[in-house]
Amino acid sequence: MLIAAAADNWKVDTNTLVTLDGMVLHRPSGRKASYGQLAEKAATMPQPAEVALKSPQDFKYIGKQFKRTDSKAKSNGSAQFASDVRLPGQLTALLARPSVFGARLRRVQTERAKAVPGVRAVVEVPQGVAVIATDFWSAKKGRDALQIEWDESGGARVSTTEQRDQYLALLNQPGKVARSEGDAAQALAQAAKKLEATFEFPYLAHAPMEPLSCVVQLKDSGCEIWAGSQSQTSDQATAAQILGIKPEQVKIHTLLAGGSFGRRANPASDYIAEAVSVAKATRDLSAPIHLMWTREDDIRGGYYRPMFVHAISAGLDAQGNPVAWNQRLVGQSIAAGTAFEGGLVKDGIDMTSVEGASNLAYAIPNLHVELHSPKLGVPVLWWRSVGHTHTAFSTEIFIDELAAAAGKDPYAFRRTLIQHPRLNGVLELAATKAGWGTPLAPKSGVRRGRGIAVHESFNSFVAEVAEVSVKPDGSFSVDRVICAVDCGIAVNPDQVRAQMEGGIGFGLSAALHSAITLKAGRVEQSNFHDYPLLRISEMPRVEVHIVPSQAAPTGVGEPGVPPLAPAVANALFAATGKRLRKLPFETSELRSA
Amino acid sequence: MIPIIVNGTPRSVDATPDTPLLWVLRDNLGLTGTKFGCGMAQCGACTVHLNGAPVRACMTPVSAAAGQKITTIEGAQGKAVKALQDAWVKLDVPQCGYCQAGQIMSAAALLAGNPQPTDADIDTALDGNLCRCATYQRIRAAVHQAARTMRG
Repeated sequence: MLIAAAADNWKVDTNTLVTLDGMVLHRPSGRKASYGQLAEKAATMPQPAEVALKSPQDFKYIGKQFKRTDSKAKSNGSAQFASDVRLPGQLTALLARPSVFGARLRRVQTERAKAVPGVRAVVEVPQGVAVIATDFWSAKKGRDALQIEWDESGGARVSTTEQRDQYLALLNQPGKVARSEGDAAQALAQAAKKLEATFEFPYLAHAPMEPLSCVVQLKDSGCEIWAGSQSQTSDQATAAQILGIKPEQVKIHTLLAGGSFGRRANPASDYIAEAVSVAKATRDLSAPIHLMWTREDDIRGGYYRPMFVHAISAGLDAQGNPVAWNQRLVGQSIAAGTAFEGGLVKDGIDMTSVEGASNLAYAIPNLHVELHSPKLGVPVLWWRSVGHTHTAFSTEIFIDELAAAAGKDPYAFRRTLIQHPRLNGVLELAATKAGWGTPLAPKSGVRRGRGIAVHESFNSFVAEVAEVSVKPDGSFSVDRVICAVDCGIAVNPDQVRAQMEGGIGFGLSAALHSAITLKAGRVEQSNFHDYPLLRISEMPRVEVHIVPSQAAPTGVGEPGVPPLAPAVANALFAATGKRLRKLPFETSELRSA
Repeated sequence: MIPIIVNGTPRSVDATPDTPLLWVLRDNLGLTGTKFGCGMAQCGACTVHLNGAPVRACMTPVSAAAGQKITTIEGAQGKAVKALQDAWVKLDVPQCGYCQAGQIMSAAALLAGNPQPTDADIDTALDGNLCRCATYQRIRAAVHQAARTMRG
């Protein structure tokens, strides 16, 4: 339509015009006009019925190696994160939050906090009690000096051990049907061989390296916010609602986020709401308010990847072909009660709870998937790759178990049952590059094994082969991960590789280390000593292979995560004969007999 | 008032003696390249050099640094730092980038004493520096690259 507008302006034929660097050019005459100059007229031109896209051999940027523009600033300390905002007169706020989720303030004694040098104010806000000071350390000392009594009567006094028992009990009760093909119950009853297993997943915190942080400045005209926001629309609406102003009076300055993994895309806009509430309650100070979270606030602050349990039972016929697959999942809904409920929850099924399970990639004629979505007061949220974080694990381990029960090679077994050519494409590529079927080089004193997993998420296809070495005491290392990804056209291949490398490290971090547990409503972890993350010494060598494709580009931020944990679990089985079906892995189960 | 020498410049800061050096740098002096990640020396985002040796600024009371030389990422210079920063850019190491100043400060201390580190040396020297984006593979490669540059 830009070309049509230029052709009309210049009275030339459209096929004499080309586009280049934001301009429409008429090479014969040398005339040119920018897209901006043409936009208004272009909007009035008739829409073409068919548009021919640029041929791949004419791509100037797509598929080429382009450098990040921010590497330098992120290597010399000059990159600006929300934590780094320094406005004139700015004060730092720390918030004391309820002892358990949903508890309310009963009473607070603020004298000692107010006596801390540097503390300027102590205010009650709907989310808790805020201490406002000239700097972080004074605010921290002030908060530590608060004496607060919380009323926990309406709070979520959840204990994870009891919650686990309740979830396991729900596995024995019918849930809402997410998908049903054929008659899984009957096919299972008639199967030559039956298998069943239970899988467990803890709550997980996102734990981005930069704790949450937000600066708010109230003005006569409205409000300005500085944050590493990932969901400006809801953040803006939330701020406007708290202040009783219009959304357009809220200006958000989006800064670099020191990691997010979903945490800064919260439909509840929790940390934004806190900062705005504190700014509103301290309007008389006429100072920009910088609300900061400590790491303890972050680990204990909720909005976790929900805890889940799954049970799968399946049957093989006499030839070792799977004939029935019955899966039941139990876990809180992420979308329920949020603005996304209408779009994500259909007939009581939160798609983010069952994605990757209800659309199982294997051709099994009788398939039945059910879901329980218990309601609990522990806030939950999407966490890098969302439902696939657990569904890829249970399905990819259980398919491995079926292969073993059928006496078939896990790669070949998958290859036969997967019908999607792109899923098979990555499976084959990863297996080939990993030398699937060739023996691993032995190392003295360890048991070695290789495992494979493949999963579709965010419309991309990823297969990963993990190689492990297990010591007699059960501790193990992941030595190498071979990853194949089909994300359609790889726009910037090096960044696709970077996201796969990072996704593999992120997935391994959770598989090895991470669990949030609660006791009487209190989160038992608080910082990296008891919620450890992957360290460099644990990082495997990662090889990424990208499938050449002309399909539309799809996600790469999340799809590297889901196959990692099951690939490692399957490799541990290959090395030790033990199936680990619970995350994080308990290495004691891998001890030599 | 507590005297400290930051990036070669003598400064006098108005802070209680127990204030961690991290917050003196960030809040008193506006040097925000040194990051807060945990507050208990678990993540390394706050790594600075105290008389040339890497320390976690979040657990170093400013009183312990009185009169001493502190180098932050803003003032870090020399062959190793330059080689590391160039390698970080060349290999596009950062993702979110929040931890990378700390990574480079730890890596610079490694290269100062070990011009040809192995993967194991790198893992040992940098095991205290968390990267939630897990850019570890590129960090290893970039440290090797910087070491090669320095050896010429």
